[in-house]
Amino acid sequence: MTDAPVAAPLKTPLHGRHVALGAKMVSFGGWEMPLQYSGITEEHLAVRRAAGLFDVSHMGEIEVAGADALAAVQRISTNDAARLEVGQAQYSALATPEGTFVDDLLVYRLGDEHFLLVVNAATIAKDFAWIRDGIQGVGDAVAVNTSSRYALIAVQGPRALEIVQSLTEVDLASIGYYRFATGEVANVRSTISRTGYTGEDGFEIFVAPQVAERLWGALLSVGAPAGLRPAGLGARDTLRLEAAMRLSGQDIDETTSVLEAGLGWIVGWEKPEFVGRAALVRQRAAGVTRQLVGFEMVERGIARHGYPVYVGEDRVGVVTSGTRTPFLEKAIGLTYLPRAASAPGAECAIEIRGRRVRARVVPLPFYKRPRG
Amino acid sequence: MYPSDRQYTTEHEWISVSGTTARVGITDYAQQQLGDVVFVELPDVGQTFDQGAQFGSIESVKAVSDLYCPMAGAVVEVNTTLVDRPETVNADPHGVWIIAIELTSPDQTAGLIDAAAYAELVS
Repeated sequence: MTDAPVAAPLKTPLHGRHVALGAKMVSFGGWEMPLQYSGITEEHLAVRRAAGLFDVSHMGEIEVAGADALAAVQRISTNDAARLEVGQAQYSALATPEGTFVDDLLVYRLGDEHFLLVVNAATIAKDFAWIRDGIQGVGDAVAVNTSSRYALIAVQGPRALEIVQSLTEVDLASIGYYRFATGEVANVRSTISRTGYTGEDGFEIFVAPQVAERLWGALLSVGAPAGLRPAGLGARDTLRLEAAMRLSGQDIDETTSVLEAGLGWIVGWEKPEFVGRAALVRQRAAGVTRQLVGFEMVERGIARHGYPVYVGEDRVGVVTSGTRTPFLEKAIGLTYLPRAASAPGAECAIEIRGRRVRARVVPLPFYKRPRG
Repeated sequence: MYPSDRQYTTEHEWISVSGTTARVGITDYAQQQLGDVVFVELPDVGQTFDQGAQFGSIESVKAVSDLYCPMAGAVVEVNTTLVDRPETVNADPHGVWIIAIELTSPDQTAGLIDAAAYAELVS
């Protein structure tokens, strides 16, 4: 086998808008995406205090349809899709037979026999192949990679609802958390989902690529007076980390199990069969040996992805995510610790450029939004 | 843009020499590339560094960058306001110095470039 040629970076339908706004563009999962516009700190705070506008069109969409679509989704997704009503979504995992992560995803029930799976950008091809192979033999169900049919725009923050509401007749307050509705936003046919990756209330809006710019522009003009700011991948990462939302490929991957990641709640234990079930049932009975934990630095220093982690003299792993977050103004991170050393208050040390710096396990999430 | 009263390195530090002492900071280009600075790791007063040796690091939300000493010397002062207000580097990169050093050999300026050459480098 020879190395594949390096492909040109993919661009979302909003690429021109980002460049026009002066965004600093970076390569992410094969896509050229905005890292930041005005600055990560300012964008992060805008989302916590007012609202942020994100282009997440790089995310992948895979649709599963057919008379046996539910059975197909049930086989490849750990969560119990039978509990979804039409118009409802759930967080889930694509698991390996060992109970580790191929990827994490959102499962939307579009119809009784029609599901939309939203997967991570860098793993669209891998996930699609995995799903297509995984549902073979289930019966009447077909998986189609429909990623190019969708642009995805997220509006996140305490003022997200009023901003989007000013552009739609759909009663947004009636859409519950992890529910979605269809309708027009700024005269653009949309699927409006009350979901997000920031720890704030907000919406993710699926539209056709050719009308994405119109929606983006309309949201920016009506939102700006309310404090809406375009926000890039940098702020998206610091926001999701404060909310302790896992990042696939970093906090969770094929070496970490769904239970170790603290995500037993996305396992449909009552389901008789799904990929990874046997391993997860065994692991639940035996107990996990290590656990994803949140920590904050006790001494000065910033832990970052890949830095070694010590408990006593033992090197126990690496930091899976770490930064100094703009809202909490603390250096925080995620890592896997041996079960015995993983309780809140326990100490560990992060090796920062050759020096061991003290850290302490804290409860997750780091940030929880105040609810009115 | 880049003040002509000092010299620069290709690692994006500036050094402003006055007699046998000098102040060191990072350039406007460096702060732009880093983004919002949230942490500066400072050396101790008294520590000595060769020309080009790493004397500390500077971190933004997103990235870590090493700081290199543009000329050999001993640290006589560190800018402790950066402990609590690291973001001042973004606001005024050419005004906010990071360390002051007593130069080992003040005429040893090989490898440093002037403002025009630096502006050319980052253009």
